Amino acid sequence: MKDKLEALKEEALVAVQTASEPKQLQDVKVKYLGKKGPITEVLRGMGKLSAEERPVIGQLANDVREAIQSAITEKVEALEKKKIEERLASEAVDVTLPGRMVQQGNHHPLTAVIEEIEDLFIGMGFSIAEGPEVEKDYYNFEALNLPKDHPARDMQDSFYITEDILLRTHTSPVQARTMEKHHGQGPVKIICPGKVYRRDTDDATHSHQFMQIEGLYVDKNVRLSDLKGTLTVFAKKMFGEDRQIRLRPSFFPFTEPSVEMDISCFRCGGEGCSVCKGTGWIEILGSGMIHPNVLRMSGFDPEVYTGFAFGMGPERIAMLKYGIDDIRQFYTNDQRFLEQFKRA
Amino acid sequence: MYVSYNWLNEYVDLTGVTPQELAEKITKAGIEVEHVTFLGEGIRDVVVGYVESCDRHPNADKLNVCQVNIGAEENVQIICGAPNVAAGQKVVVAKVGAVLPGNFKIKKAKLRGEVSQGMICSLQELGIEDKFVPKEFAHGIYVLEEEAEVGADALPYLNLNDYVLELDILPNSAHCLNMIGVAYEVASILDRDICLPKPELHESRVEAASKVSIEVADQDKVPFYGARIVEGIKVGPSPRWLQQRLMAAGVRPISNIVDISNFVMLEYGQPLHTFDFDAFGSDRVLVRQAEEGEKLTTLDDTERTLTSEDLVITNGEKAVAIAGVMGGADSEVSDTTQTVLLESAIFDSLSIRRTSTRLGLRTDASSRYEKGIDRNRAADAAARAAELMEQLAGATVLKGIVHEGAVEVPPSTIDMPWQKINHVLGTQLLEEEILSVFRRLRFGAKIEGDTLHVAVPTRRPDVTIPEDLVEEVGRTYGYDHVPATLPEGSSTTGQLTDYQLKRRKVQRLMEGAGLYQTVTYSLTTEEKAHLISSIDEQKHTPVRLAMPMSEERAVLRVGLIPELLEVVRYHLNRQMPNIKVFEMGRVFHADEETLTDLPEEKEHLVGALTGTREDSGWYSKQQAIDFFTVKGIIERLFDAFDLTERVSYEAADREGMHPGRTANVLLDHVVVGFLGQIHPTLQNELDLKETYVFELDIETILNAENEALSYTLLPRYPAMTRDIALVVDEAITSGQLVQVIKSTGAPLLKEVKLFDIYRGESLGEGKKSMAYALKYLDPEKTLTDKEVEKVHQKVLEACETQLGAVLRG
Ligand SMILES: [Zn+2]
Repeated sequence: MKDKLEALKEEALVAVQTASEPKQLQDVKVKYLGKKGPITEVLRGMGKLSAEERPVIGQLANDVREAIQSAITEKVEALEKKKIEERLASEAVDVTLPGRMVQQGNHHPLTAVIEEIEDLFIGMGFSIAEGPEVEKDYYNFEALNLPKDHPARDMQDSFYITEDILLRTHTSPVQARTMEKHHGQGPVKIICPGKVYRRDTDDATHSHQFMQIEGLYVDKNVRLSDLKGTLTVFAKKMFGEDRQIRLRPSFFPFTEPSVEMDISCFRCGGEGCSVCKGTGWIEILGSGMIHPNVLRMSGFDPEVYTGFAFGMGPERIAMLKYGIDDIRQFYTNDQRFLEQFKRA
Repeated sequence: MYVSYNWLNEYVDLTGVTPQELAEKITKAGIEVEHVTFLGEGIRDVVVGYVESCDRHPNADKLNVCQVNIGAEENVQIICGAPNVAAGQKVVVAKVGAVLPGNFKIKKAKLRGEVSQGMICSLQELGIEDKFVPKEFAHGIYVLEEEAEVGADALPYLNLNDYVLELDILPNSAHCLNMIGVAYEVASILDRDICLPKPELHESRVEAASKVSIEVADQDKVPFYGARIVEGIKVGPSPRWLQQRLMAAGVRPISNIVDISNFVMLEYGQPLHTFDFDAFGSDRVLVRQAEEGEKLTTLDDTERTLTSEDLVITNGEKAVAIAGVMGGADSEVSDTTQTVLLESAIFDSLSIRRTSTRLGLRTDASSRYEKGIDRNRAADAAARAAELMEQLAGATVLKGIVHEGAVEVPPSTIDMPWQKINHVLGTQLLEEEILSVFRRLRFGAKIEGDTLHVAVPTRRPDVTIPEDLVEEVGRTYGYDHVPATLPEGSSTTGQLTDYQLKRRKVQRLMEGAGLYQTVTYSLTTEEKAHLISSIDEQKHTPVRLAMPMSEERAVLRVGLIPELLEVVRYHLNRQMPNIKVFEMGRVFHADEETLTDLPEEKEHLVGALTGTREDSGWYSKQQAIDFFTVKGIIERLFDAFDLTERVSYEAADREGMHPGRTANVLLDHVVVGFLGQIHPTLQNELDLKETYVFELDIETILNAENEALSYTLLPRYPAMTRDIALVVDEAITSGQLVQVIKSTGAPLLKEVKLFDIYRGESLGEGKKSMAYALKYLDPEKTLTDKEVEKVHQKVLEACETQLGAVLRG
């Protein structure tokens, strides 16, 4: 009887091992462990055994049962695992295929430059002021110390619509309008970005339409040294911490004194290269202390208030920063040009 | 202004300062030097030669065989084709091995059998532009003065060893439009002495006043009018030195009398005019306003019609010159002139500017008068010209200058608190330092107590207010020495306005939808302005420029779509068929024929899309951009600003748009934009592919008032969803169905979503089935089937009765 049980165990375990599907295992289970199975049969025949033999065989029969049962359980798990593995293997993808992408569009490089400058000055307490692109001669010129017949008007050829209305030639009229709204009470601290228009024939360096950003700060005790300090912060943030700035005397009708700001060349660091035309310096913007006539006309008392103003061209800054050689690129809007500024 | 380094050196000792260094210093002092040019650039081995003999070439009529002494042991033979070459001349010889401008190398050559060892040069061959070459040398070689040393370097004799600094003169630096002015500037920059010309005349005993009288009608317009009479003039070419000075300054030498006027104008900045006194027509000069319609033929042989605004010089009867602008042809100096009336006057800037602008006649004289000249230099300049006429034209100068108005006026004075200079600049200059600046500038200055008194010389009419003095100190002291500080004033918070923030958000949204931002021109053609109807179709009158540069840029855009279509076409022409672009920019609209006030300006958001959607790829087939691609972008925009519930769309028929695929976009029942397909006819005209566009009045949309944002509790009870498929006539729109469903289903119905449209024979001709998912929710309790069924049934009935819908079986 003992031998018979051992033999059954061997037989059953082989059957379990060779099974390749859960169904076969079920059959093995029914065949060996079922109510009509051989082990049950053995147990039934135990009555014929002696009292000493009975527990031994009983124990053995149970061991055999358990061995078969656990072999089956193990095998079922193994088969399931294998099945999952097979399925996952069949589900594998080529991870190098392109993803299902919603393509990202892009902001225009001028927007990038303007927003960068705006944010920089916002950080220094400036607000953003805007005004009309079609402007009155008064705000565009007269309020800025450029009366009719002033020779300096020749510096800016304009598109007139009527004798008194024109396309603004700079964003300075926004300064005049904003100061006027302050009714002689400082401080006024604004940046004015926007489109401006001049009678120029379009070529690599000229455009009849371009962007400008002007800044204005009016308060008690504003000094030229404050202008220098503010512009130094701007230059370093915009063009790198190593930048030096230099102020050169210049002329603008709305400022006195007037200065032009150069930065040390970011390409060569000042030794001279093609970007700075060998001078080590790059002209970035025009600025100065607001002319007392301008303050007076906008309702501020020049004996009490002083101020500085500056103006720069985002196109020029973008051209310098990114090495763009033709201003017309900004207005051609070639996608191959635009997409180069995704991270700008 | 072209400034010759050698010429400037006559007034200020430039020893130890190279032309480049000088240029840098002048630039730093506020007058930009744009270029420094070496006149002998590209010239090597050019010497003075003496033509020993000059014979006709045996084999060529127009060539000469010259034996030329160039200071070497043996003469060289040079074949020369110039008509003016002759034995006994001192000439400029480019030796064998020499180089001329343009990298032209001189080699030994044979011309028609005769050896030529070098070249006798014309000025053009030495790099001088045709327009500056004196008439007598225009068609041949240049002949040097007899004193030139044979064999020596020829460049100094040609003044080609000179450098020219090109100064960019801005309106405030008109005082540097003459050599003396530049000399003052440079003397100040270098802190060196200045040596000015002192004219020495040998006047005859005859008084000029016995020959001519002067009368000025309006002293305000003509503060000074002076005249000298110069007799016995022999008109001829100027000497080499004078010609070379003029050429370096960019002025063509003509004849001694004309050249002297030009030279003195360059030196003193004082425009002079010479009348042929024998042709003047009287012995009386009367300066007055022109009569309305008075006529004068000017030097350029053009008849000018004058107005009473113009100042004229007359002989008492008729105009002989337009004051400060141009002389008359009748009294022009010619080769036979013997006596001249030399005019040196001060005219009112504004008057000259108006006349020259009106006549479109800008001359060297008028532009100097416009910008302002030294009030006190007129008499000296006349003396200087007279002196040169004595020396160079063998003339006799009559005694004295006949004039109206004071020869000299006192300097203007400015008083200011001297500390203001430090307050404006942010510096801590001492009294002595400030005074030393004015000493260098040669301004009279003293400090008494707190007050700085400055006497501004008449050569600086640009300096009128204390701030101008601050600038003079700043630029002379040097802005490099001004510290960099940060403002100490009241602090302000900087931030974007609500609108500016939203504008940035719109741009990011468009970028996120895959659109590229463009910036196009605001000026466009009249035709393009009418291509597509504007959002508000009543507002389509573009603003037109008074004087456009071209019809291409003649009016301001009323909408942005035509500009974007241009961008689309640009890409199609370059084999880029999938284009999606947007722009935010202003449009302009005139509500009157002639503007009396500013036109309406509004910011619009515009997009144009063509080709395939980028969300199709290897995993699905290419999908073309269609109406709903564009509508999706707009819906997303409204959703981002929480305006979806207030927006509706209605079919629209618009100029330039596909009549069946265009919709107006309404916000609170007001049209704020449109979207759709470009009309196929227009599409063909513009050479486009199927293109979809939208234009929104983004200003109105972003400014739409919205409730303050506040949190709504999350639903605590489950929602129930019921699908409904309705068969309706093709004419019934989804919008109509949704409207009925929503109004009937409220308040339990929270959401309606279209998920299928079906058309098929089983439905019958002209029918479609629209399937919606309806979501019901009660925030207060769990809905029961029964409650939902009741509402759902009502919805169905409403659709049946109002729109003839039938539940699809
Ligand atoms: Zn550089």
